[in-house]
Amino acid sequence: MNFKNKDIISIRDFSKDEIIHVLRTAEKIENKPDIDLMKGKVMSSLFFEPSTRTRLSFESAMRKLGGDVIGFSDPSGTSLKKGETLWDTIKMADKYSDIIVMRHPVEGAARLAAEASSVPILNGGDGANQHPTQTMLDLYTIIKSKKKIDNLNIGFLGDLKYGRTVHSLAIALSHFNVNLYFIAPDALKMPDSYLEELSEKGIKYVEESDLMKVIKELDVLYVTRIQKERFPDPVEYKKYAGVYQINKATLEGVKPDLKIMHPLPRVNEIHPEVDDTDHAIYFEQAGNGIPIRQALIALTTGMVK
Amino acid sequence: MNSKKMLQISGIQEGTVVDHIPTKSTFKVAEFLNLKEGKNIVTVGMNFESKKLGKKGVVKIGERFLTKGEVDKISLIAPDARISIIKDYEVKEKFSVEIPKILNGSISCANNNCITNNQSITTKFYVLSKDPLKIRCHYCERTLGKDDIEVA
Repeated sequence: MNFKNKDIISIRDFSKDEIIHVLRTAEKIENKPDIDLMKGKVMSSLFFEPSTRTRLSFESAMRKLGGDVIGFSDPSGTSLKKGETLWDTIKMADKYSDIIVMRHPVEGAARLAAEASSVPILNGGDGANQHPTQTMLDLYTIIKSKKKIDNLNIGFLGDLKYGRTVHSLAIALSHFNVNLYFIAPDALKMPDSYLEELSEKGIKYVEESDLMKVIKELDVLYVTRIQKERFPDPVEYKKYAGVYQINKATLEGVKPDLKIMHPLPRVNEIHPEVDDTDHAIYFEQAGNGIPIRQALIALTTGMVK
Repeated sequence: MNSKKMLQISGIQEGTVVDHIPTKSTFKVAEFLNLKEGKNIVTVGMNFESKKLGKKGVVKIGERFLTKGEVDKISLIAPDARISIIKDYEVKEKFSVEIPKILNGSISCANNNCITNNQSITTKFYVLSKDPLKIRCHYCERTLGKDDIEVA
């Protein structure tokens, strides 16, 4: 399998074998870190919109492999303010670095960047569209904690309408033999286009608005934040935000090895009292961003096969 | 064509006839081809009898021949359309439109936050299904249906 010069733009670009290869590479790197692997290599980190977590995770991943990082964390103060096109910015960064990670508020920006660049582009999020390294670390978290992906009952809770992480993870999971549960209020249901895509791939799914009806069947529960800005009416927001809070009482009678994930940041969807239970793996999940991003950096630059 | 039908819509010396348009999409075809802006003689007819469609529309454009991109665009809203190329009042060529697998530059993306609507680049769409029509933007990955399709 050859990942050299492959751009990491969308989870849709990956076959099942390619996904598994990335997960295995992450495991190898995590078990046996090579602090000189990327020595002498430079990563451009271009954040056209701020995202502290994603940026720090990518930069830490590169530095822990011995590589250097250049770039910006916010476009103000760059030539973008002078009206430079994305194409030109990428053409410039392409000459300065061996790999480019970028985040951009406009959907499709990463795909365009990949067309401009001769070095690999890693998409760190393009608007509401894709965030493939998040999806990979989510899969890595599932396989690390459950030792498998096939035959799991995986629930998604919260804002399934706008939740980019949910859409991408569901598409990635459609390569496997899983049962999916989409738990959301009517106003925030999983979009039909994604449900149709899952059906076409033969994935069985259940839509439910009451978490308590299905929680005991689940092996993994992926919780997402219901964002205040999605609701024009604050009363509506409060109504939905309060409905799906996970606390110790919610977890009574669930499978002992149910694992709870969350892409973070959380607001009040998961009560801190859950943090100490064996169910909580969301901080571990955030940490898994490092080996996954290291694997993708090493594979696409051709430093690891 | 019998004489009665001939009377309904006049012939052209040179140009293109788009026939078998679903009658409701007739003006959209004219819009897609930007006929309002041109100086060509244009005849737009609708509600003609059609065995296949029930009612159909016809658009005749004098002294203009369509590009592949324009034919592709028509195929999206009038998948049964037939195109005749007229020279010296005679049909020189006649063919059915066909929805292509990839659409390059023919239409714009309905997603305002798509990079193609923010920077000057050519759009590209993959046709996922022909009936019902479903296409996916190469850039923002948004799935669009027939109602979302806008002229580029």
